[in-house]
Amino acid sequence: MGILLNVITVIISLIFLIPLLVVFLNSFKNKAESNTMTLHLPKEWVFENFQVVIERGKLIQSFFNSFFYAVAGSLLIVLLISAAGFVLARNRSRINRFLYYFLILGIAMPINNVTLMKVMKLTHLINTRMGMILIYAAINIPISLFIIYGFVGNIPVEIDEAAIIDGCDAKNLLVRIGFPLLVPVMVTIFVLNFMGIWNDFTIPLYYLNNSEKWPMTLAVYNFFGIFENQWNLVCADITLTILPVLILFVLAQKYIVGGVSAGAVKE
Amino acid sequence: MGAVIVFTVFFFLPGVMGLFYSFTNWNSMSDEVKFVGLKNIMKLFSGKYHFDQYIFNTVKFTVLTMVTKTVVGILLALLLTSSLIRLRSVQRMIIFSPQVMSFLIVGLVFKSLLNPATGFVNNALRDAGLGFLAQNWLSDAKLALYSVIAVDTWKGVGYLMIIVIAGINGISESYYEAAKIDGAGFWQRTWSITLPLLRPVIINVSVLNLTYGLRVFDIIYSLTNGGPGHATEVINTAVYSEFSKGNYAMGTTLSSTLFIFVMLISYFLLKAMEPKENTL
Repeated sequence: MGILLNVITVIISLIFLIPLLVVFLNSFKNKAESNTMTLHLPKEWVFENFQVVIERGKLIQSFFNSFFYAVAGSLLIVLLISAAGFVLARNRSRINRFLYYFLILGIAMPINNVTLMKVMKLTHLINTRMGMILIYAAINIPISLFIIYGFVGNIPVEIDEAAIIDGCDAKNLLVRIGFPLLVPVMVTIFVLNFMGIWNDFTIPLYYLNNSEKWPMTLAVYNFFGIFENQWNLVCADITLTILPVLILFVLAQKYIVGGVSAGAVKE
Repeated sequence: MGAVIVFTVFFFLPGVMGLFYSFTNWNSMSDEVKFVGLKNIMKLFSGKYHFDQYIFNTVKFTVLTMVTKTVVGILLALLLTSSLIRLRSVQRMIIFSPQVMSFLIVGLVFKSLLNPATGFVNNALRDAGLGFLAQNWLSDAKLALYSVIAVDTWKGVGYLMIIVIAGINGISESYYEAAKIDGAGFWQRTWSITLPLLRPVIINVSVLNLTYGLRVFDIIYSLTNGGPGHATEVINTAVYSEFSKGNYAMGTTLSSTLFIFVMLISYFLLKAMEPKENTL
């Protein structure tokens, strides 16, 4: 029984591993060999594929674009949300409760990209990096607030009370007591948003028509369209695009898995 | 309250504006926007323009991915919390790993793997002597939506598994010990202890899966772009194609329909969940 279950589980894991392995192996093959995709090792390892891809796929530029959107967007979210979360969770007046429900409404709400385009044009933010960051902040605020709100609820109110007795005012309470206690959840939210923005594809598709500002996802999609019959190059491009998130995943595993479950399992 | 301002301007406002523009003839040809009443909504449900098919596809995609992800996710979680299995944490990470990748990238990976002539899946089937099973996975109108659902499950099931595992780990051992003393077998324990206690967790992720499914765009855009024909077209891919045609009013009508649909479903789900949460 135990052996059988182990075999089944390993087969399932392979189903999740093999697609990535195929892409990885084919990224080292020459054009002829990669024409039929198989799991065989490459007969000769062609490392130039990666060089070609980096040059023709504009990968360096788009890597830095993605990096900028992800870092700036996530920082903005963390800043806005930690202040909002602390205030909304601590001071539960009628209006604050309303604001909280108003904001987390966005977890389920679909975004209307057609009219958002109109807003972007009116505010002259279309095709700008600033505009991208603001949209990402708006989209990701709801779920981030939801996570941080629950977290603040778990911090004992006695800590605040002690600080106020010691003569701490509201602003200092937030900066000296609130933020330090929120650091772990802020890291989680930062990492989750970083990956979300890094992986996003819809927003630049709608709001960026200047390829200089494209993130990696859009660059690789475009590359795929042009080189669709050169699987070795396509695979190399995909490999290079996946690599940064996989590295981040291995490094920040704890925060990612923890944050993912925090969103759904109420403790 | 910067959070409120950013959210309102770039998220909520467009939603409300969208409702208004649904009743106009807004398009890229003219600057003038005229009020046309219910014309767009009639168009949507008249059955002449495939729009009803897109809505049907969206619902089908949502329901089927919810079911596959939940069932497979729970089974995987049970397997990977069982003490019989070796290397549990490594395998959990492998199954979770697609979750950190972009939908677009997953789409492109499978678009190459599922290519009927050169792709890995058909090659592997032929090598195994099962060539008759080789299919036009993404270009056969009957099969395409199911292929997309399978790929989406591949990507998303790890998320559900991790959450269910967290739920299982939160269940006190003493329940199981008591049940073992009473002579309950594995399936009996799963059925009468694990699953009932996991109910709130499963409801939560189902709500997330539901809202994801209704809003799906990336994976379909990158795998099939709604094709072949309109076999895999869903609401959000239709919004994008109306948008790129300059037909803004129709795009926003579709988007607003989705908006109202999702809001109603979420409202009723939350209402339905409230009393149960109190009793648990």
